[in-house]
Amino acid sequence: MRYRAATSPLHATRASVAVAWSAALAGLALVFDHPLVTAAVLLAATAAGTLAGVRGELRTAARVGLLLALMFAVINPFVARLGLTVLLRLGELPPFGQIDITLEATIYGVVQGLRILALVVAVAVYFAAVDPDRVLRLFRRAGFRSALTVTLATRLVPVLVHDGRRLADAQRCRPRPSGRLALVRAVSSSALDRAVDVAATLELRGYGTAWRARGVPEPWSRHDVAFAASAAALAGLAATALATGLFAWHAYPTIELAAGVPEITVAAAIAVVALLPFAERRGVAR
Amino acid sequence: MTVLAFERVSYRYPGADRLALDDLSLTIGEGEFCVLAGLSASGKSTLLGAACGIVPRLHGGEFAGRVTVGGLDTRDHGPGAVAAVAGVLFQDPETQTVMSTVRAELAFPLENRGWNGAAIARGVEEAALALGIEDLLERATHELSGGELQRVALGAALVGRPRVVLLDEPTSQLDPVAGDELIWLLRRLNEEWGMAVVLAEHRLERCLAAADRVIALDEGRVVCDADPAGFLGWAKTYAPLLQTPAARLAAAVGIEPAPVGVKRTRAALRERGLLPPRAAVDGGDTAARRPRRSERRAASTGAALELRGAWFEWPDGRATLRGVDLVLRPGERVALMGRNGAGKSTLLRCAAGLAKLTRGRIACSGRAALLLQHPADYLLADRVGDEVSAAGLATAGLSALADRHPHDLSGGERQRLALAVVLDAPEPPAVVLLDEPTRGMDRSAREELGRQVRELAAAGAAVLVTTHDPELVATCAERVLLMAEGRLIADAPPADVLGGGWYFATETARVLGGAGGALLPEEGAALCDVAQRSSLAMTGERNLNPEPAAGAEARA
Repeated sequence: MRYRAATSPLHATRASVAVAWSAALAGLALVFDHPLVTAAVLLAATAAGTLAGVRGELRTAARVGLLLALMFAVINPFVARLGLTVLLRLGELPPFGQIDITLEATIYGVVQGLRILALVVAVAVYFAAVDPDRVLRLFRRAGFRSALTVTLATRLVPVLVHDGRRLADAQRCRPRPSGRLALVRAVSSSALDRAVDVAATLELRGYGTAWRARGVPEPWSRHDVAFAASAAALAGLAATALATGLFAWHAYPTIELAAGVPEITVAAAIAVVALLPFAERRGVAR
Repeated sequence: MTVLAFERVSYRYPGADRLALDDLSLTIGEGEFCVLAGLSASGKSTLLGAACGIVPRLHGGEFAGRVTVGGLDTRDHGPGAVAAVAGVLFQDPETQTVMSTVRAELAFPLENRGWNGAAIARGVEEAALALGIEDLLERATHELSGGELQRVALGAALVGRPRVVLLDEPTSQLDPVAGDELIWLLRRLNEEWGMAVVLAEHRLERCLAAADRVIALDEGRVVCDADPAGFLGWAKTYAPLLQTPAARLAAAVGIEPAPVGVKRTRAALRERGLLPPRAAVDGGDTAARRPRRSERRAASTGAALELRGAWFEWPDGRATLRGVDLVLRPGERVALMGRNGAGKSTLLRCAAGLAKLTRGRIACSGRAALLLQHPADYLLADRVGDEVSAAGLATAGLSALADRHPHDLSGGERQRLALAVVLDAPEPPAVVLLDEPTRGMDRSAREELGRQVRELAAAGAAVLVTTHDPELVATCAERVLLMAEGRLIADAPPADVLGGGWYFATETARVLGGAGGALLPEEGAALCDVAQRSSLAMTGERNLNPEPAAGAEARA
C-alpha cells in the first residue's frame, strides 16, 4: 500500500484538508459499531478509492482487511458466551470448555469484522491518495517536534509494506517456508527498528529543528473547500448521532438494533456527504 | 580549525557486554579527507553515529565523554541541529529516503532549514548535477535501484553544503564505476568546498588514494592514525587484512614502504624494472554472442540452468531483461557483473522463480537456491539453532552459535546462516544464486564467502554470484558475465574480462595494465618476478654482447 499519484479531487486537495477528511471517515468506523454506519463507511471508502483512481491499492488493503474480518467472524462465536439463541452445541472442546455457537455471537463477529474491514479500507484511501510528502511538510509547519510521531506513522506504513514484500520474497526462497504468521511476526517485530531508522533519517535531515519553513500561502481551491465542508459535515453528523443516541445497538444477550428511518437517513447521508466532493472533476490536475 | 572532536568517548550499546567505543579521542580538521578503516564491528559505524548525535540519542546505552561537531556539543544539540553542520549517509539507503520523489528528497533538508524557494531550487539543481542524478529528479524514490538510491541519499546529505560529511560505506551498493566516481566526487567537493570528509569503508583500495589521513579502529579504539602511506606500512605488520591489493603486490615484490594507489604502485614497479609488458588491448574474445542452434543444443545437454531469449518487462513498458541467453553447467562458478540497474537482480529473481519472464524460456535441472541482498530477511526464529537443521548448522560452521539470536550475529555469520537456510533441504540445489553477497563485508568475511562458493561448486551446484567486487570475482569465479541494459555483453574467463578493464578490474590488474591476465596480488607478484628475471637476462645478454645502442642506453 503506497501513495499513488493520480488526478482526482482528493489528490488535488491540500494536505490538511485531505487528512481531516480521511480522519473523519475513519473516525466514523472507529466511533460507531452500528452495522448501518459500518456499511456507509465501507461503501463511501470503496467508492472514494475508486473515484480517486487507487482501486488497485484498495484491493490489496481489502485483502488484508478481509483476512482480519474473517478471523474475527470465525473466532468470536467460539469465545463469546453471552448470546441466548443457540445455533449449535459443540460440547466440550479444549481449551475453550463448553462451546455453544449462538446467533448473537455469530452476528456480532460478522459486524465487528466488517467494521475492521471498513476501517482498513478508509485508512487505505488515505495512504494511497494523500501525498505523504505534503503531509510531512504540513506537520513540520504545524507542530515540529511533537508532530514527529504522526509523521512517522505516515512514513512507516509504506516502509513496513516494502519490508513485508522483501521478507515474503525471502521466505519464498526458503526450502521450508515459515508461513504467514511468522512473516507477520517478523514485520511487526521489525517495526520498532524501522521506526528508529525513519526517525533518525528525519532528524538527520533537519526535521523538527527550530527553523520555520517559509511557505508561500496557497489559495483555497474548490476541492479544498468541498472536502473541508465534507469533513465538517461528517464530524457534525457523528456529533449529532452521538448526542441523540442514534445508532444504538447491542448484540447480547439478544440482538437489538435501531434501524428506523432516522438511522437509515443519517447512514445514507454519511455516504453521500463523504462522496459529494468527488462530483467536481474540474481543476484536478496539479 | 577543528570541525569534529571526540574527547575520551566511551560507549556501550544497551545489553552489550563490551564497549563499542573505548576511551576514544580524535580531532578532524576543516577540509580533511579522512578514511576510517577497520574490520567489521571495530566501531566505525558507531563512531559516525556518535559524530552526528544519533548515538546514544536514538540507540540508548551508556555514553561517556564529549563529541563536538562544528562547535556543537552533541549532548546539548540533537541530530537535527547537528545536521546543519554535518551531512550523514549511512550504509542502507532504503532507510534514508523519506520523500516520494527525488526532487522532494533533495529539497527536504533545505525546506527544514527555512531556505527560500529560489535557494532550494538552486541547491537541488546543483546537488543533482554534482552527483549526476539530474535525470532522476522526477522519479519516485521507491522505483530506484539500490545504487541510485544511495546517490540520492548522498545528495540529500550534501545539498545543504555541510562543513563535514560523514559516510558509512557509501560505495557498498554501487557498481565499480559509480563507486570510483563517488570517491572522486567527494575529493572534488572536499577540495573545492573545503568540506571535511569522514568515510568508513571496507574497500580501502577505492578511497586510499583520495585520502589525506587514515584512522584505523579496533575494538572501539584508535590503533593507527597516519597518512595513507603510513597506514599501509602499519597494516603490513599489524593488520594484514586491511592491506589493499596493490600494497600486497608491492609487499610481495619487496617494495618498502608500500606506495598508495594504482599510479604510484605502477611507478614503483617500473622504477625497479618489475613492471611486465602491458597486455595488447584488443578486447579479446569476451563478447557474449548468441550461440548457433547446434551449439545451443550441445550446451543445453546437462545444463544446471538455462535461459533462452529471456525478456522481463514491467507493466509500464520498461524492459529489464532483453533476450538473455545463458547456460550454466553443474559445478560452474560464474560471476555476474554490471552497472546498477543493468538487470542482474532481475535475472536472479527470474531464475529462482520469484519473477516470471514475460518472454523466453527458463529451465533448471533442480532446485534454485536464491540468497537475496538482505540475509536478515531469511531469519525469523529467535534461535540460530531453530533456523536450520543441525547438519546444516554444522556445514555452515555455526554449531557453536546455535543458542544465539540470529540478529546478534555479525554480518558474515548472518550471511552464512542465511545461506545455510536456503541450502537446507533434503535434495541439494542444482543452482545457487547469490545477490550482492559481500555488501558490508570485510576482507576476512569475503574470503570466507569465496571458500563457500568453491565448496558449493565442488559439490556439484552451479553458482551464480552478482557482485560489484572484482576482488571476490578474481578469487572465486571461473567465468564472468558482464551485463548492460538487460543484455549480456561479455562472457569470458575472469582474466579476459577483468584483466584489461578500467572499472571492472581488480586493483592488481589496473596496476599491471592487464599483463598476463594477473588479477590477484600473488599472481601479479609472480608475473613481476618473471619480468625481473627476463629483464636481468636481457641485461646480462647485453653485457656479454655489448652493442653500441645498448651502451648508449646504459649511459643514458
